[in-house]
Order: sequence, then C-alpha cells, then structure tokens
Amino acid sequence: MKCHHCDKQATVHLTQILNGQMHKMDLCESCAQANGVTNPENLSIGTLMVNKEDETKSPAGKMVCESCGTTHQDFKKGGRLGCEACYHVFRPILDPLLEGMHAGTQHLGKIPSASESRVQFVQSVETLKKQLFNAIENEDFEKAAELRDQLKALENEAKV
Amino acid sequence: MFHDLLNKFGSSKNNSKSIPVTLSTRIRLARNLKEFPFPGKAEEVQRRAVLCKCMDAMTDMDSLKESTSLEVDDLSELDRQILVEKHLISPELSQVDEGSGIVLSSDRNCCVMINEEDHLRIQVLQPGLEFEKVWKRADELDSKIESLVNYAYDCELGFLTACPTNLGTGLRASAMMHLPGLVMSKNMDKVINAVNQLGIAVRGLFGEGSDASGSIFQISNQQTLGESEAAIIARLNETLKNIVRQENFARDKLMQDDGLRLIDKISRALGILKSCHLIQSSESMDLLSLVRLATDFNMLPERFRSLTDRMFIEIQPGHVQFSAGKPVDPSDRDRLRAELLRKEFRRSPQLNLEGAS
Repeated sequence: MKCHHCDKQATVHLTQILNGQMHKMDLCESCAQANGVTNPENLSIGTLMVNKEDETKSPAGKMVCESCGTTHQDFKKGGRLGCEACYHVFRPILDPLLEGMHAGTQHLGKIPSASESRVQFVQSVETLKKQLFNAIENEDFEKAAELRDQLKALENEAKV
Repeated sequence: MFHDLLNKFGSSKNNSKSIPVTLSTRIRLARNLKEFPFPGKAEEVQRRAVLCKCMDAMTDMDSLKESTSLEVDDLSELDRQILVEKHLISPELSQVDEGSGIVLSSDRNCCVMINEEDHLRIQVLQPGLEFEKVWKRADELDSKIESLVNYAYDCELGFLTACPTNLGTGLRASAMMHLPGLVMSKNMDKVINAVNQLGIAVRGLFGEGSDASGSIFQISNQQTLGESEAAIIARLNETLKNIVRQENFARDKLMQDDGLRLIDKISRALGILKSCHLIQSSESMDLLSLVRLATDFNMLPERFRSLTDRMFIEIQPGHVQFSAGKPVDPSDRDRLRAELLRKEFRRSPQLNLEGAS
C-alpha cells in the first residue's frame, strides 16, 4: 500500500470517525510524523486530505497572509494560523477543514457584546470621519455639517 | 518568592470533598486580542504588549482579588514543572521563554495563561463533577476581561484562535476520570471508540500524548464550532455520566466475578505503599489508584480518597524535588517518594471487607 502523500510504502494506517462518517488514510512513517499523527489532539484526517489536494491545485499553495506573513506551507506544517487576518486569507482552504472538524460552521456560542460594540463604535467613527473629509474636499458644506453633527452625537453617546 | 507562593497557595490539600470516579472538572476558554498577531507569530515587543494589557485588565477584578501574577521567564525549571503537575499550566506554556505569564486566583481554582498558543487561556477547575459552577465562573471571568479588552471575533466563525480546532467557542470542557474498573475489565478501548464517535476525546493524565497511569483519563469535547457552550457541555456531561455508570458496572462485575483477586490486589497495593523504600511514580500511581478504588468500595475510610488525590500530585517528580528543597536525581527521587508514601500510609487500617459493596 502506498502513502497518501508520497509514493513510499505506507506503514501508518489511520481511521477517524467524523460526524458519523468513517475516513481512512494510509501514510508512510515520515509523512505521518510531518503531519503530527503522533500528536493526537490536533490531528485531523481532514487536514491530511486537503494537503494532498492542494499540491495539485497550485493557487492555494501560494497563499500568504500579508498581515503576519503566515504562508499556506506554514499552516500545513504546523496547523496554526498567525493572526485574525489569516482567517480571511485562508478561508477557502479552511472551510472544508472546519466542516470535517466541527459540528457546524456557524458560531452559535457566546457573543462578546462589549468588545463588539466598542469595535463597531470605532468603525462608525472612522467611516463618518472619512465621509466628512470627502465632503469638505468636495466643498459640500451642507453635507459636512450634517456629518459633523452625527459624529458629535455619536461621541456624546459614547461618553454617557 | 515563588516558593512562598507555593506554600501559601500551592498545597495540594483541598478542603472540598472528593467523590468516586470523577477527580475534577475543568473549563478552558481560548481568546485572542484584536490587532495583535497570535503568540506564535508575534514579535517579543508584541507579546510583551499583550502580556501587559492582559495583566492590567485582570489586576483590578473582584473575582481575581489577591490573585498572583507571574511571568514565566521568572520561574525556574522546577517551579514550572510544579505548576504543570498541579495542572495549573500546560506543558506547552512551561516551555516558552519570552513574554508569557499566568494569573492565578487565590483559591487556585482559576488560572489564566497569557501567550500560550493563544493570547489568553482562561481556565477554571474544581474537584468533582461540577460543570455548571465551573462554566459559570469561567464565563463571568471571560465577560469581565472582555469588557476591558477587544477580542478577535468573527460573527460567523466566533472567537478566532491560533488553531482552527479551537475556533468558535474556544471552549474545552474536560473531566479527569478515575476508571480502574474499565481498565481492569479491558473495556477502556471500547469506551474510547464509542465516545470518539460523539466528538469526545480521551487522553492521559497530563493531556496530549501522556499515558493513563493510575487509570486516570482526561475526557473532553473535541468540537468547538457550530454548537453553543451549553450544548457542548451538556453533551459531554451526559457522556461522562454514562461513563460513570459503565465504570460502576465494571467494578461491580469485577467484585462479583473474582472479588478475592481484587481484594488481594488492593491489600498488596496498601502493603507496598506502607513499606516500600524505592518506588517510581508510575508504580505509585497504579497503587494509589487501587487505594482510591478501595475507598469507593467502602473498604477504607473516606479520607483515603482525598489522601490518594493529594498523593497523585505530590509523588510527581517536580513535587518530590520541591519537598526536598533541591533538584534530586531520579534514583534518589524514588527513595524520597517511598519515604513520603510510607509516612502517609503508615497508619492505614486493615481493609473493611464487611462494608465492601
């Protein structure tokens, strides 16, 4: 039997049951080790299957997160992402992984309401400021005054 | 300073009552701060900034009053080992060198790791099977921290974590289970296979890759996304209760089928604990496990259960060296460990076979 990743003799035979479906995979000693088969917590047969597919599809192989420098290669090797932005960059390859790994792909748990509303506040202030700047640039002073009032109102609201 | 801390907070004596089968319950929440790369990709300056931010956020919290904040850099090899043996920090955190820390509550039931695999790992643990209480405390602490720092969060993917296996709720709920009945009756593999299918993982005493010495297993949820915290915990709790039933069933059956052999095993274990002069930790774990089992069978007074629970920790290599007050090489550790066990079990009574149920 040949290894799923290279053509060497497969000596490690994995069976994992995910969401009621059985997945089997055969690996050689070195590929098994490289993919952390000896480390059961973070092992997912899903990762191993996607790795194989991606080698044939080159665009995924060239993905890199501009924010933290994590490459597709890094992710394949360590199974870790580097930052928040990685989740956008690697989303196409993550989605099938998440399906195999979890009970669903939509978060149904706790919502960090306080930090979400703070983040939203900063975002709306930024947007308004940008619009205000544009309005002034375009000499649309009526609009600018309106935006200025909105901005003030928002900031006052935050103070309360 | 750390040794003072250990003496003050670190005694493994615990006043709460220990119960059969379930040693302890734990909840861990993985969280990351917005605008900082995850610890694995962060520069030292960024790690330091995260450490400061998190420590600052936690200093004034009521729920962490009189807590202790420590930087991992400041801890010796032995200090770190002790914290791992107490299950307060992960073996991974004990390996990192720069800009990591821990905040430990005064009752030691709550320990936040900073800059482990994620910026924050909020952990709450408690003896017994107590998911409701433990979740409540972890949830409250998390909300308080969240009111002071911005978490990396996505409305579809939930809390963003370095490893996608923790994505969503970032929740790992687990229980430490003492399952000698299932091990002796050779049913443990079956149980592991069955619970794996429910998305539940079974590991050894010290988590990933550790062996199940003393018939102690850590049982936890594997999936973190696509379900609410309550649903994840409820499913795990249900499974654990089922395992407890299976364990009790296996124990009864062992007693019925070949009770004499089991009693003989337990008596011998007690004999060795009372009179050994050299003993390794793995052998000690297995003997202590039998003593805990005897207590559950009412063959020994209740206090032997909490004694074994304390010994499970104090016979670990780090703790043996800590009591010796210096690093000790392995063969001498075996001598010191035997001394400790002899002392603790010196006055153990004969097994009460009347009360055996």
